[in-house]
Amino acid sequence: MTLPLVEQFQYGLDAPICLTWELTYACNLSCVHCLSSSGRRDPRELTTAECRAVVDELERMQVFYVNIGGGEPTVRPDFWELVDYATAHDVGVKFSTNGVKITPERARRLAASDYVDVQISLDGATAEVNDAVRGPGSYATALRAMRNLARAGFRGFKISVVVTRQNAGQLDDFKAIADRFGAQLRLTRLRPSGRGADVWDDLHPTASQQRQLYDWLVARGEQVLTGDSFFHLAAYGNPLPGLNLCGAGRVVCLIDPVGDVYACPFAIHESFLAGNVRGPGGFAAVWRDSELFADLRRPQTGGACQACSAYDLCRGGCMAAKFFTGLPLDGPDPECVKGHGEQALAAAAGAPAPRPFGDHSHRSRRAEPVPVSIGRRPDRACDENPLAGFRTPT
Amino acid sequence: MSTQTPPRAAFDLDRPWQLHPQVSVRPERFGALLYHFGTRRLSFLKSPALLSVVRELGDAPSAREACKRAGLTEAELPAYAAGLQTLASSQMIRPREPA
Repeated sequence: MTLPLVEQFQYGLDAPICLTWELTYACNLSCVHCLSSSGRRDPRELTTAECRAVVDELERMQVFYVNIGGGEPTVRPDFWELVDYATAHDVGVKFSTNGVKITPERARRLAASDYVDVQISLDGATAEVNDAVRGPGSYATALRAMRNLARAGFRGFKISVVVTRQNAGQLDDFKAIADRFGAQLRLTRLRPSGRGADVWDDLHPTASQQRQLYDWLVARGEQVLTGDSFFHLAAYGNPLPGLNLCGAGRVVCLIDPVGDVYACPFAIHESFLAGNVRGPGGFAAVWRDSELFADLRRPQTGGACQACSAYDLCRGGCMAAKFFTGLPLDGPDPECVKGHGEQALAAAAGAPAPRPFGDHSHRSRRAEPVPVSIGRRPDRACDENPLAGFRTPT
Repeated sequence: MSTQTPPRAAFDLDRPWQLHPQVSVRPERFGALLYHFGTRRLSFLKSPALLSVVRELGDAPSAREACKRAGLTEAELPAYAAGLQTLASSQMIRPREPA
């Protein structure tokens, strides 16, 4: 009965195990490392009816749950309606939020549902460290949301931390915050995706921080979640809990706010675009028939990594991390624990890395919260016209 | 997402069991995926035969009978009892009161 499941997963499943669905590019924050370069809503975003149709498909495909994100998904006026629609159709929801809409009343309603999980983003255990990345006031907003959830009796909500050079020394403090609120800590890897491409050099953990992180995670076992994002660290010796493989296009994928389907949430680039849910056959056809996904599900060669003794453990690491740092996909991860990534980065220095696709950043590009209310859609996809949306005062 | 195996206790093959009502089952080529909406944990059934056993559990008077209905031989029972114990310890299946 012990078939190698990882090998089964490498060749893909009939439906994703979990799916990330970003509902909007609109966000009240401008986090410097945002994986989807979010900020402004895209006028082509899926309508409420189109989102419901996607849920209907996920129900037919028996996708157990979706990870809803953005942007800040809760600023969509139909967000709670869509959550209710999904759970009523046997599609569980875990949504990521900066906490801006988690009022005491909303927290009570969330606590009453078995089929909704909440993940609050926090990138520093102190306001100073967090707000430098996520913007002024964002720490207070996140902590207020956690307090509201805890007071409402919501046990085991997630606190999700992107590990950076600045917060890698705060792991125990993050755990203490999670324990204080009866929450579960989730640590994920910083990728050079979206705006993360611009800050990755300064924010990604150092080699010694990676080693400390690995030891810390091994010691905590299943107490701390990682979303399988640190499987490149398995090359230190032992795999962390989880599947320990790149699931892109095999067991995971991304549906973005305009319905584009990408191999993974960290790979928003035309090279990883498999199709669109608005196309004939919808999401299921993209998942089952896309040439890109078929290609990802073929056995991988390992390329330059094949000679490495750790290849069976790390399998070459993260595709998106390689791609957006300009490294070949069949070579080492830029954060390869054997040091091969640093050599590869040095060798590739000067060669331009591919740029992330589709920037929806706020134009000011400062890490400051901006008031967001979605009412009126932008006039056009590309608001380059300086007079777009301008109304003469009367 | 967990692939770790909890410590083994003896599994009671002679009592009735059932799939936890909050568990959803999705058949796959290798067996099935299980998702528990209460614990929010994912598990795997690593063979189609184990999926057949799990499907029979709710109607059979005992787990032993469910295994028989799924076509298992006596010699295969210990391995499948261990698999069922793993599912019981993660609350994917639970004891059912005899009818």
